[in-house]
Amino acid sequence: MNIFMQTLTRDLKMALRNPSSFLNPLLFFVIAISLFPLAIGPEAHTLSNIAPGIIWVTCMLAVLLSLNALFHTDYDNGVLEQMVISHHPLPLLLLAKTTAHWLLTGLPIVLLSPLLGAALFLDSESIGVLMLTLLLATPSLSLIGAIGASLIVGIKNSGMLLSLLILPLYTPILIFASSAVSQAQFDLSISAQLYFLASILILSLMGSPFISALALKTSLE
Amino acid sequence: MSELIVNELSCQRGYNNLFSELSFSLTSGEILRISGANGSGKTSLLKILAGLSGAECGSVSYNKNQAGSSEYQETIVYLGHLPALSPELCCRENLNYLSHLQSDNTSDQITAALIAIGLKGYEYEYAANLSAGQKRRVVLASLFINTTPIWLLDEPFTALDSDGIAILEKQINKHSENGGICILTTHQDCNLANMRTLSL
Repeated sequence: MNIFMQTLTRDLKMALRNPSSFLNPLLFFVIAISLFPLAIGPEAHTLSNIAPGIIWVTCMLAVLLSLNALFHTDYDNGVLEQMVISHHPLPLLLLAKTTAHWLLTGLPIVLLSPLLGAALFLDSESIGVLMLTLLLATPSLSLIGAIGASLIVGIKNSGMLLSLLILPLYTPILIFASSAVSQAQFDLSISAQLYFLASILILSLMGSPFISALALKTSLE
Repeated sequence: MSELIVNELSCQRGYNNLFSELSFSLTSGEILRISGANGSGKTSLLKILAGLSGAECGSVSYNKNQAGSSEYQETIVYLGHLPALSPELCCRENLNYLSHLQSDNTSDQITAALIAIGLKGYEYEYAANLSAGQKRRVVLASLFINTTPIWLLDEPFTALDSDGIAILEKQINKHSENGGICILTTHQDCNLANMRTLSL
């Protein structure tokens, strides 16, 4: 088995043995969204109007919540140090860790979204678009988040700093994704938004592992 | 002849100049013990040799490969103060991953290595349930698996009992007989053949 798969399975195994680490953000995602109908009122028209924004903002915050743990445990117990001095390319190892993070955070959010979309009275076509935007953009959230997480890895109590670093980079994704879902509700074309989300994904896939590797090396020095 | 060359290395941490223009070279089979008071830069030197941090100036190379290059990193094993174990994984899984990070040339002898270091019966125990000495033994077991020529060991004897120290000394001697280089820091007296001491 190559080192990418080994790192990926190791991270997945560790998460499944300590499930609270990845269930917390998912639980937050579900609970926060299901509170909105209680607070705003069960009016289908209002809820379906604000559903794209609510789901996307909550998804972003849930991912942000999960990022703190991405490198911290490995940093504390010294495994990250061994990754940095390993002869394997560090970007590859970090890409494996980021993939594991997406499988444990982004993918469950994609799978949960139809249920929550239905709870907010989204029609079935918009739910399809919602899932598509989430599928296209949650990997970018993990990849861009990895840059932030690697920058703050040596700093204690850095939750606030992480939000400040990462949220500005997340806003283009938020704007394109939620506007795609809103436009789909009125049967308008959404190809422009999807192209933008796809290009952000490719850009972050190309850049993030290398930038995170550089940031990590600096943090560990 | 393989040679590790350290050339005019200087290191500064904060306002303190730890060492400057430090030069030495080690050939196959030599063991170097770095001694010095607390805070004299032993760990910093090992981290520079491991390619983990940069020096203010100077260079480190092995067979003309500079520290930090992947050819150089492939030839070293660095075991630092941190145990490099994940509490959610068992000894076997931890050791397997660690040895794959360190080298491609790992023999598939995880269990044999754990038995050799004295952890028979603990192969499937989670690292969270081990004592400090046992954790150190798991990490040191990687020395029984890989075949990298340079070992950089930061305080390897800490938390080990006398039996563990004897096993480790024997393994380091064997490594040196096979033509390996070992650089270690320790405050304890150790029983190693072919050893030089460098005072910082």
